[in-house]
Amino acid sequence: MTNEPVRVGLFATCLVDLMRPSVGFAAAHLLQKAGCEVSVPPVQTCCGQPAYNSGDAVDAAAIAKQVITAFEPFDYVVVPSGSCGGMIKLHYPELFNDDDAWRPRAEALGARTHELLSFLVDVRGVTDFAASFEGTVTYHDSCSGLRELGIKDQPRELISKINGLTLAESSDTESCCGFGGLFCVKYPDISGKMVDAKADDIVASGADTVLCGDLGCLMNIAGRLKRRGDKVEARHLAEVLAGMADGPAIAEAGDGRG
Amino acid sequence: MESTTRQFTSNARTALGDENLQGALRRLSTGFPKKRLEAAARLPEFEQLRDQARDIKNHVLENLDFYLEVFEERVLESGGQVHWCDDADAARRTILDICRDAGAKTVTKSKSMIGEEIAINDFLEENGVEPVETDLGEYIIQLRREPPSHIIAPAIHLSKGQVEATFREKHDDLPADRILEEPRSLLEEARGKLRQKFIAADVGLTGANMLIAETGTNVLVTNEGNADLTYSLPRVHIVIASLEKIVPTLEDATTILRVLARSATGQEMSVYTTFCTGPRRPDDLDGPEEYHVVLLDNGRTELLGSEFQEMLRCIRCGACLNHCPIYRSVGGHAYGWVYSGPMGAVLIPGLIGLGEAHHLPNASTLCGRCESVCPMRIPLPKMLRSWRQRQFERRQTSMPSRLALKTWAWFARRPGLYRPLTRMAAGTLSILGRRRRRFGLMLLAGGWTQVRDLPAPQGNSFVAAWNKRQN
Repeated sequence: MTNEPVRVGLFATCLVDLMRPSVGFAAAHLLQKAGCEVSVPPVQTCCGQPAYNSGDAVDAAAIAKQVITAFEPFDYVVVPSGSCGGMIKLHYPELFNDDDAWRPRAEALGARTHELLSFLVDVRGVTDFAASFEGTVTYHDSCSGLRELGIKDQPRELISKINGLTLAESSDTESCCGFGGLFCVKYPDISGKMVDAKADDIVASGADTVLCGDLGCLMNIAGRLKRRGDKVEARHLAEVLAGMADGPAIAEAGDGRG
Repeated sequence: MESTTRQFTSNARTALGDENLQGALRRLSTGFPKKRLEAAARLPEFEQLRDQARDIKNHVLENLDFYLEVFEERVLESGGQVHWCDDADAARRTILDICRDAGAKTVTKSKSMIGEEIAINDFLEENGVEPVETDLGEYIIQLRREPPSHIIAPAIHLSKGQVEATFREKHDDLPADRILEEPRSLLEEARGKLRQKFIAADVGLTGANMLIAETGTNVLVTNEGNADLTYSLPRVHIVIASLEKIVPTLEDATTILRVLARSATGQEMSVYTTFCTGPRRPDDLDGPEEYHVVLLDNGRTELLGSEFQEMLRCIRCGACLNHCPIYRSVGGHAYGWVYSGPMGAVLIPGLIGLGEAHHLPNASTLCGRCESVCPMRIPLPKMLRSWRQRQFERRQTSMPSRLALKTWAWFARRPGLYRPLTRMAAGTLSILGRRRRRFGLMLLAGGWTQVRDLPAPQGNSFVAAWNKRQN
């Protein structure tokens, strides 16, 4: 790591911004610890994925232009989500296939965009944040993070450095949890079947906490676990790494773990 | 076959409640993917072979007219005939004409998805020709008058007990007290029945896993050997295949064979792999007297040159079905037409229309597992999204979804409005959910709360809070 400050634009994602700001603060904290100067451009709303995946390429492109303009000044764009990170990194350039003015800008930004956990490990080379967490956890690989961005080892490397924690892998960490953005509300029966299978798998691992790098998956999984009355808690890995896992877990009442 | 694709949602609900089916899907979900993974691991060059296989078919699709003409020439040279058919109706009539010319009463059939696509069995029956499926799975579903639920395992939705019941009902000439509990005894019984049909058949109808241009050959892959009896015993062999089954050379065919069975069932090779070229030659010991290839378009040339061209690389291995969480939840029949799983969700709108199949591209989380296992590296999620885009452009997206999306996007494009409004909404929801930190029921979020609680927001906006702290 050099001493030059690395300027990171943190793209919080709409879910973190509005549902769970603690993940944003945790991400910013980790980035600062990894030697980055963090900014959170206030014009950000959403990455545009709901429009893109619904076939509305016009609105998706308009939102993408907004994000590109706001984040171009930074050395890197970091996103605490594989799904939104993949949208900016891989799908923004596709949105401008026929646009010679915007395609190079989308590609340039895509090249500097990273999902948080892989950025910490692969770009900043930091794996040990001196975090502690008492308990047994299991990790769910989010589909976009895993298959679009190749994120598999990085979160496990980060987890292995957390004091007091035991990792209990579930039998199928790579299967989709059934969130899928608007899919989960359009096809609740199928989504329910999928998240049930995921919840069964998590419970069978014996873990008391499920960690993941994507808040969409986590809200889906936590929502189903709570509906079933399971005791397993759900958290974003960034919160645990940043030592900010003392507040209530996702969809959890009370004042924190234990 | 009559499509029930419009009723995908209710089909899916029925499937989710079918205990027999759910048991079968659990077995499939653990069996096939594990075997594929092991087979791939045993072959160090598996990933490179996938690249080669993709490149072969890309080259073919760029030069399809050329290779089809070469193929036709070679078939003619070897004494066979080629019949070009634009649509299902033309293919059905062509096949019936050949059967009539041969004076056929019985046609044996080895498994063919194109046969399903043109619903050849019903048509032959209506015209007084008896079609007999000879693949065990296909035979079972033919007795039950059901469509296949999986492109390589057509009866995967059935339990052993259901097959036994079907045999007892349909094979009513056999002693009622016979023992049929073991899969082996079911197989023996089907074999006994089929043996008579094989010998009596006048025409054998097969599909083709590939058509080889340089030799005018069709390739047949089975695990039961039924295709070999189907094409070699009757006097006439009809091959029914869609245009994109072409590969240039024998060498190319072997490259694709190396990824096909490994991706499908985890076998190195299927048990029987047969290359058929033309009718019997004077010094051949056996083989048909006539060899016909029925080449079907049925919408494929429409896909050429479109954003769906890559779909025509598909070799029908079924790996995308086996790994798809949607297929694994609802099985094949829910898709409502011949194909299913991710390849079906991309192909069906292209073949029977996007209006009819409007659910299929949407019933996906775009999780990408299909693409990650596709031996031909077909970007299935990207194409599902392309169909959604066409729906949106043609205003086929449902009005409430469209309106909701447009309203949301209008705000998302205006941060000055979006930021204070969403922050207010998050704050309100947080206060409403302050005790339990989650909601069991939420207005306008019925799809969410039907199966899971909705976590309550923490109550602030990260972007606002962060920037306030900095100033």
